[in-house]
Amino acid sequence: MTEQKSPCCTESNPGFIELDAYIDSLKIDPIDPERKEKLIMTLHKAQSIFGYLPAEVQKFIANRFAVSHAHVSGVISFYNYFTTTPKGKTKISICMGTACYVNGANKILQDFENALGIKAGQVTPDGRFSIETLRCVGACVLAPVVLVNDHVYGKVKQGQAEKIIEEYLVEYGEKVEEQ
Amino acid sequence: MSTRIENFEQLRQKYEECKRLVEVRADPDYDGDKKFILVCGGPGCVSLKSLQLVENFEKLIKEHGLENKVQASISGCFGFCEKGPLVNIFPENIFYVQVKPEDAKDIFEQHILNNKVVDRLVYIEPVSQKSMTDSLEMPFYKRQMRIALRNCGLIDPEIVEEYLGVGGYQSLAKVITQMTPEEAIEIMKRSGLGGRGGAGFSTGRKWEFGRMYKGDRKYVICNADEGDPGAFMDRAIMEGDAHSVIEGMAIAAYCIGADQGYVYIRAEYPQAVKRLQIAIDAARKLGLLGKNILGTGFNFDVDVRLGAGAFVCGEETALIQSIQGNRGEPTTKPPFPAERGLWQKPTVVNNVETLANVPVIFEKGPEWFAQIGTENSKGTKVFALAGKVNNVGLVEVPMGTTLRQLIFEIGGGVRDGGKFKAAQSGGPSGGCIPEQFLDTPIDYQSLSKIGSMMGSGGMIVMSDSDCMVNIARFYLEFVVEESCGRCVPCRIGTKRMLEILTDITKGKGTLDTLAELQSLAETIPDTALCGLGQTAPNPVLSTLRYFMDEYKAHVEEKRCPAGVCTDLLHYEILPEKCIGCTSCARGCPVNCISGSPKQTHVIDQEKCIKCGNCLQKCRFGAVIRK
Amino acid sequence: MITLTIDGKEVSVPEGSTILEAARALNLKIPTLCYLDLEKIHYKNQVASCRVCVVEVEGRRNLAPACATPVTPGMKVTTNSKRVLLARRKNLELIISNHPFTCLTCAKSTECELQAMAWEYDVQVKYPNGERMHHKKDLSSAALYRDPDKCIMCRRCETMCNEVQTVGALTAFGRGFSTIVAPAEKNLIVDSPCVYCGQCVSVCPTGALTGHSYINHVWNALFDPTKKVVVQVAPAVRVALGEEFGYPAGEIVTGKMVSGLRKLGFDAVFDTTFGADLTIIEEGTEIIQRLTTNENLPILTSCCPGWINFIRYYYPSLEYMPSTTKSPQQMTGAIIKSYYAEKMGWDPKDIVVVSIMPCIAKKYEASLPNQESYGVRDVDYSLTTRELAKILKEGSVDLRYIEEEDFDSPLGESTGAGIIFGATGGVLEAALRSVYELVTKKTLENVDFVALRGLEGAHEAIVDLGDRKIRVAAVSGLGNARQILDKVVSGEEKFDVIEIMACPGGCINGGGQPYTKDRDVVLQKRMESLYQIDREDTLRKSHQNPEVLALYKNFLGEPGGHKAHELLHVENFDASVMSEWEHN
Ligand SMILES: Cc1cc2nc3c(=O)[nH]c(=O)nc-3n(C[C@H](O)[C@H](O)[C@H](O)COP(=O)(O)O)c2cc1C
Ligand code: SF4
Ligand code: SF4
Ligand code: SF4
Ligand code: SF4
Ligand code: SF4
Ligand code: SF4
Ligand code: SF4
Ligand code: SF4
Ligand code: FES
Ligand code: FES
Ligand code: FES
Repeated sequence: MTEQKSPCCTESNPGFIELDAYIDSLKIDPIDPERKEKLIMTLHKAQSIFGYLPAEVQKFIANRFAVSHAHVSGVISFYNYFTTTPKGKTKISICMGTACYVNGANKILQDFENALGIKAGQVTPDGRFSIETLRCVGACVLAPVVLVNDHVYGKVKQGQAEKIIEEYLVEYGEKVEEQ
Repeated sequence: MSTRIENFEQLRQKYEECKRLVEVRADPDYDGDKKFILVCGGPGCVSLKSLQLVENFEKLIKEHGLENKVQASISGCFGFCEKGPLVNIFPENIFYVQVKPEDAKDIFEQHILNNKVVDRLVYIEPVSQKSMTDSLEMPFYKRQMRIALRNCGLIDPEIVEEYLGVGGYQSLAKVITQMTPEEAIEIMKRSGLGGRGGAGFSTGRKWEFGRMYKGDRKYVICNADEGDPGAFMDRAIMEGDAHSVIEGMAIAAYCIGADQGYVYIRAEYPQAVKRLQIAIDAARKLGLLGKNILGTGFNFDVDVRLGAGAFVCGEETALIQSIQGNRGEPTTKPPFPAERGLWQKPTVVNNVETLANVPVIFEKGPEWFAQIGTENSKGTKVFALAGKVNNVGLVEVPMGTTLRQLIFEIGGGVRDGGKFKAAQSGGPSGGCIPEQFLDTPIDYQSLSKIGSMMGSGGMIVMSDSDCMVNIARFYLEFVVEESCGRCVPCRIGTKRMLEILTDITKGKGTLDTLAELQSLAETIPDTALCGLGQTAPNPVLSTLRYFMDEYKAHVEEKRCPAGVCTDLLHYEILPEKCIGCTSCARGCPVNCISGSPKQTHVIDQEKCIKCGNCLQKCRFGAVIRK
Repeated sequence: MITLTIDGKEVSVPEGSTILEAARALNLKIPTLCYLDLEKIHYKNQVASCRVCVVEVEGRRNLAPACATPVTPGMKVTTNSKRVLLARRKNLELIISNHPFTCLTCAKSTECELQAMAWEYDVQVKYPNGERMHHKKDLSSAALYRDPDKCIMCRRCETMCNEVQTVGALTAFGRGFSTIVAPAEKNLIVDSPCVYCGQCVSVCPTGALTGHSYINHVWNALFDPTKKVVVQVAPAVRVALGEEFGYPAGEIVTGKMVSGLRKLGFDAVFDTTFGADLTIIEEGTEIIQRLTTNENLPILTSCCPGWINFIRYYYPSLEYMPSTTKSPQQMTGAIIKSYYAEKMGWDPKDIVVVSIMPCIAKKYEASLPNQESYGVRDVDYSLTTRELAKILKEGSVDLRYIEEEDFDSPLGESTGAGIIFGATGGVLEAALRSVYELVTKKTLENVDFVALRGLEGAHEAIVDLGDRKIRVAAVSGLGNARQILDKVVSGEEKFDVIEIMACPGGCINGGGQPYTKDRDVVLQKRMESLYQIDREDTLRKSHQNPEVLALYKNFLGEPGGHKAHELLHVENFDASVMSEWEHN
């Protein structure tokens, strides 16, 4: 048994309390080699709680699973789904699957990048938008497809990016300039 | 709710009870007075608000107090996504296309209440211009044969009784009560079913290995990672008929002696995860999963494991690493998972579609299955038909169907009047098939003979507006992004290939680099550790083989014949055609078009980023691409 | 047994063997880069990532990695066809296409496995414009030097650190072309649990992991006329240094080493073995105290800084267990700068103490804030055995052609007990030789505690001290240490004294020792030589060291007394002080 120093004061943070309870429910046995089977689920859970997986969360999980922080970090860095930096409040994902690509998805991506002034994988400085690419969401019939949070925009045309972004700016109470 | 089913007899009784639930749909001789509205809940249709459509139907049914006479349900993908959202009405079997939520009212009032077909929502076959209400008449469905997809678009996947009503779990019951594992494996071998995850390896033989190797525990894993970009068949099956996959897994488990199964599924498919979990819970409640199934002493349970966005985790050894909580790096084979898999125990990994075929084989017999398809490839294959094709959708055809039939008859040919250039099958591991092979029958051997692969079933159609060098680059880029980074040929080799290809698309390629590309494409498959690297050069090899002239045009003439590679083209405004409407200038993201209103406009070539907006904006044909 | 054919020759090997093992049985050389099997210390890296060992197997579609492919009956293997050689060469070309061409200034040059193979395979520079990975060099610790751009992703270090040492400081990070082996979050090594055992260094085939070099610092000190530069050499160095000068493994080069150091201009050449004897007196006193009070048992040895880092990080609640004595390196340094300085009339501030160690962790230890006495560092610079070879060569000293000389006095006197500190079990054995006599007041006739010797990871014994029998254990390798500590924590096993060494086999296998391709054999030889020196020594018990006794009499007073405590102990490992220091 390894009693690693607890990396963070977790009591006060409700996120950690929830995560802690979740891990409790998994009944991890720290000497069972098969305990790691539940690691990736736990990372999913943690990301759903915190929105991303910062070092304190990683260390917390490492500690509870009795694995090294390096292991957790290496796993996280392997999977695209996990992120160690916060995403934008509005997450714009452009499908770059083949069906979307041959239907011009890269131009749509460029549009969004130009409109927001960031590249795929980045977040706008105000934290509102982030752009990502993903591979086939199974709605190829609507190619090219853009996902904004969970909402699907199909058959997106060049020049439509600004309009889609505006829909969300309204949510932020932003006045959209009339042209 | 449902109580535990204790034995085969009770399951048979349950079947009789549940049959009534679905008879209005499944029984051609139904003569009752019920009506049934089935709405597609597949990914395409849901994106077009089909869920709202069902709600609207349900509201109308309630308003009219017809709860006992009319039922609205949602099912998995019908296949004909192109025309979604789709609605099918039973018993008269009327198929409506492109139905919007607000169309619920018309359908309900005219059709349900007054038995009048809503003409404007009926499918019109584009060639003959005939309207068709029976899906089986439509060219899209005519040639298809739905085995793996048999219940998709027929039953509500969230209601286990509907699955039971179409004979669900009868095969499992038969196998575990009446057959030894060896007998069941023999049946699988006789059926000729090959793995649908890509390689087509005999499922029966795989199970035989799984049985042969000893282990204090054994596992069955359903590979639902479906990473091929542009493929969505497994998703459709999971969303539309998860029980048949679970039943297939249970049969596999009985055959090899496993008591635990996992479904490894992409996190990008939340709907599929949800339906799968519902199905597992329902099966557990009925005692069709868990301890002592049907009183036979056979134990088997299934858990869901989420992937996290790594294509390579579709590879079986990587998948196992991922379940074990590690980085999803593949391991060397041999040993194969059947010998040493999850936690070093014998493990059978099967694809979703493979497993969905299993119950039917036991229902209808291996001979029935084996007479479908070709000499060496038995049964059917589901394809996700997409790209520049008229009918995007999910298609299941007998092995041996030709590409031409698939793309032109079922798929309705190339979209927007384009000319067919190539079909890409097998995703990043597959190849591009040119026109001359359109009459090749689709089976494992024929496809690999022409340098492609069956793969998991992605089929992307490309037209003359697609640049094959750029397509090869696209796939390489995918592979480079998805390489796990473990072995040298893939980690560094594919990167070098991508660099060479990128250079070519930028006009910086030479004949020497082209030769180097070829040489890398030959060595990497020979030494890469796993299937990803071993097949990564296929898109390059096949395009080099069939589209060398396009490569040469890029390398020698610095020209992209399809007009795709931006560095090799430029946009110009023809002064004689430009009327100075300013529309192009306003649409240019980098403001590099100058000219006053009503004056000829000019593009500053230095600044132009070749986005092509101006070409689209100009209604006077004044902007040209060279 | 399985019979197969390789290059037309038949061979039979046990089931489960790989093609590589079968080929070796035929004395066929198949090149390897990532594969490494160190049987004696239970280390096996079989990730099959480099793909330079590929061979042709009849009936197989693609080439097979010999290092990871099990043999099957009747298998037909070809190891040198055109297809095989071209594929190997291509993979090497790919590796070097992502590698800096800095061999001239690389610490690993001439001992680098990649460099040697590139030469053998006549590889050409391809893809000159291809992207190369670019990572920051990690100079954050005083001990370990990481140059990730030279990493070829063989993963040997990862296997060592995570599986053998169970430290878990390293992981493969990222994916695809940008994958790199690094601490969590690609952090600096100081922000990781790394204990600086240096075992990763000794398995790394390239210059991606090496020790921090202090050669220039030492030259500068030697060239500085205002400094008195004193050197001390650890026991395990003298049985390994010869390898760097072409001597067979295990050659004892003590005398030549001493005269070589003198030729470099050191003002005095001392033996850390003196400090080892001193350690035994202090630690022995502490052992007897704790045995008497029966408190805080077991007592754990404290002379290995790698191990001390480990317990500090992973078992903070056991920090009271290790002895508070400093390591021999630090004790020797402290005595040089106090007792010896006084004797010579030198100002401690003008003395530079250089230590020659088989170890990388010692560099770290020397730099720690609590390792000083009266405001001066105990040890200024710690060099590895490898660095010593380099500095000798640079200083035109070739061991083969020089006479043997003796250490200087007084810190040159040592006993066989101090010498065996260099191998696992040695510290404990040395301690027992003294403790036995001090407790029982009887003479120990047979001083050889053979039960505690050998390269295996753990040994234990029961020793009769008259009044009581004590249970002792000697453990090397941190994975083994973890096992025994877990048992101690859970109460499953009870011990009175445990020796722990971070490096499997002890300091003879330290991270600063000469690189070797034949480690299992070499370690055995180095170990045997240490026991040979001990055997041939006239004095074999630390408390018989006359100079140590004189030191107490003239300077320190009582063992464990006030002055001894000031100079020779660290009062508890204050983790907070250390981590503050690390962040500076
Ligand atoms: C890079 C790579 C990705 C793969 N992705 C999938 C996948 O998404 N789904 C799948 O079923 N099989 C995939 N496979 C094939 C699996 O490794 C495995 O062969 C298959 O799941 C076995 O099932 P089957 O015999 O039923 O086809 C992939 C293979 C490779 C090399
Ligand atoms: S071929 Fe690619 S994906 Fe497969 S192990 Fe090698 S690096 Fe990883
Ligand atoms: S191609 Fe794009 S950037 Fe170039 S001129 Fe036209 S609109 Fe502007
Ligand atoms: S859009 Fe066409 S016509 Fe109008 S200014 Fe531009 S080039 Fe001229
Ligand atoms: S690691 Fe080896 S190949 Fe690389 S620079 Fe150093 S000596 Fe040369
Ligand atoms: S080996 Fe070649 S490159 Fe290296 S120093 Fe000698 S001449 Fe220069
Ligand atoms: S020095 Fe030891 S602890 Fe540190 S990384 Fe290397 S093997 Fe791990
Ligand atoms: S640092 Fe060295 S041992 Fe570790 S993976 Fe890189 S090359 Fe191999
Ligand atoms: S065992 Fe010796 S060489 Fe290894 S870390 Fe400890 S003191 Fe250093
Ligand atoms: S490729 Fe974009 S949704 Fe399928
Ligand atoms: S999603 Fe509705 S038909 Fe495919
Ligand atoms: S030595 Fe076999 S793959 Fe590296």
